[in-house]
Amino acid sequence: MTLDAHLVVHRGGFRLDLELTIAAGETVALLGPNGAGKTTALRALAGLIPLTSGHVTLADRDLTEVPPERRRVGVVFQDYLLFPHLSARDNVAFGPRRHGADRRAAHEIADRWLARVGLTDFARRKPRHLSGGQAQRVALARALAVDPVLLLLDEPLAALDARTRLETRAELHRHLSAHPGATLLVTHDPLDALVLADRLVIVEDGRVVQEGDAATITAQPRTDYVAQLVGLNLYRGRGDGHVVHLEGGFALTATDVVHGDAFVAFPPAAVALHPARPDGSPRNTWPAVLTDIQRHGDNLRVRLDGPIVVAADITPAAAAHLDLAPGRELWAAVKASETRAYPVSS
Amino acid sequence: MTRQRVPIALLVPAIGGLIFLVLPLAGLLWRTPWTTLLSRLTEPGVVQALRLSLLTASLATLLCLVLGVPLAWVLARVTFPGRRVVRALITVPLVLPPVVGGIALLLALGRRGLIGSWLDSTFGISLPFTTAGVVIAEAFVALPFLVISVEGALRGADTRFEEAAATLGATRWTTFTHVTLPLVAPGIAAGAVLCWARALGEFGATITFAGNYPGITQTMPLAVYQTMESGDLDGAVVLSLILLVVSVTILAGLRDRWLTAP
Repeated sequence: MTLDAHLVVHRGGFRLDLELTIAAGETVALLGPNGAGKTTALRALAGLIPLTSGHVTLADRDLTEVPPERRRVGVVFQDYLLFPHLSARDNVAFGPRRHGADRRAAHEIADRWLARVGLTDFARRKPRHLSGGQAQRVALARALAVDPVLLLLDEPLAALDARTRLETRAELHRHLSAHPGATLLVTHDPLDALVLADRLVIVEDGRVVQEGDAATITAQPRTDYVAQLVGLNLYRGRGDGHVVHLEGGFALTATDVVHGDAFVAFPPAAVALHPARPDGSPRNTWPAVLTDIQRHGDNLRVRLDGPIVVAADITPAAAAHLDLAPGRELWAAVKASETRAYPVSS
Repeated sequence: MTRQRVPIALLVPAIGGLIFLVLPLAGLLWRTPWTTLLSRLTEPGVVQALRLSLLTASLATLLCLVLGVPLAWVLARVTFPGRRVVRALITVPLVLPPVVGGIALLLALGRRGLIGSWLDSTFGISLPFTTAGVVIAEAFVALPFLVISVEGALRGADTRFEEAAATLGATRWTTFTHVTLPLVAPGIAAGAVLCWARALGEFGATITFAGNYPGITQTMPLAVYQTMESGDLDGAVVLSLILLVVSVTILAGLRDRWLTAP
């Protein structure tokens, strides 16, 4: 493993306790809600805040007590932090200069990197004369120009508008794939994580709650946050064959067989709504009260109260047919075949 | 456009304050002996005092920059026990009457002073009543202005730029010279201008510590005072006018060059 870290940081009431390994050439996304400790973890890896305990080992070198300037860790900060008094070229050349290159060599390295991110024509511009997307690329070039063993990106796309974001994300993906070192991407945007990372590590309240590749995490979320992130309804209970008993007495039936502590998940689109108790095939039906309606793409997403709280996606036509309004009493149904059950301890 | 209403209770004292500041200057202009101005301007004593004033104020500013910028950096960036006490000590020369400052300087750096006697016996250096003494007195009074404004600029500057520099391999010293200094340059320039203006007008500490010797320690404010004491009001007015014109011109020039936002 290129990076092997156990980050423990106590600050005020907040405790971060995170184990993290990243292989060379691998991109790991640290995904989590605001305040989960993602940025704290990044700053600890960069050496900008001290560890309370734990260790940081990078390419077999113990960095735990090493100051940031001697770590060879490249950082792309959330708002880039390009030096305002230096041109794009001098910003990129700053790192190589500090690592012993003379002025000419540093400028050659900078020019090469600016060419790679497609900004040769903007080399002489000051950061305030660059667009958001351009500044992001200069920041990336600046971080990569020191040949970092570990590249850290803190919400690299958060400051961009939607359109620029799309283009920049694709371009960033290309550069991250080409980067031979380890890469850690900190983000709260699941799309960034899914597109850019090989592996996802999800943190909540300073701890890892789930990790794995995108397919596993989207299929089997383990916390409400992850479920919401990937757009699934998620419940926890005790499995007994095809049936999972939830707290409060309600039970959901799935085609999977589970025993013991288990999760049950189904997508909002799997929920069908009926004005009266439906007959026939669905194995899971329950009475529900509508609490909220919102637009969701071409459909409507409604929230239902009842024995379980559920999000359901329905078409506008169906909504008109059902005469939907908050407070309306309905019956909800989910087929067992669209419900997934899996054990809590994997 | 909406008309801005200014409450009368604010407008009247505001105008009063402006008149209070401008009226004495108008008085100065009104009493200026315009007919003999040219001949008085070229009197050797006048040029000498002016040159000495500009020289000592500039040297004092330089001294303040060399000592004050690092001091401001330490106060803004390093946490150490007693930092509040140090910060309070720095403001003392601001509230101390300059004459008292001059006496304090004599007791420290005078020939029999705390370290003055050592300077004298070891190196044969004696600061009081020399041009160097003028520079010391002016720097003593002006240094707090520089430290306070540079520290403010440092505290206002985003320290994350310094973190970015560190991740790129810059040591604290290179970060200071290559990132911090350029970022707070406007604040340092503003502090230096304040510092220079304060040094140029310095009177009390200078006359106490360095005396009033034409050509050696007699700066413009001292020359104005002496001329006035000897009963030559016209002469004092002319000297004052010169000091006023020179300092306003230089400050206005620096302001356009340094202090306007980019």
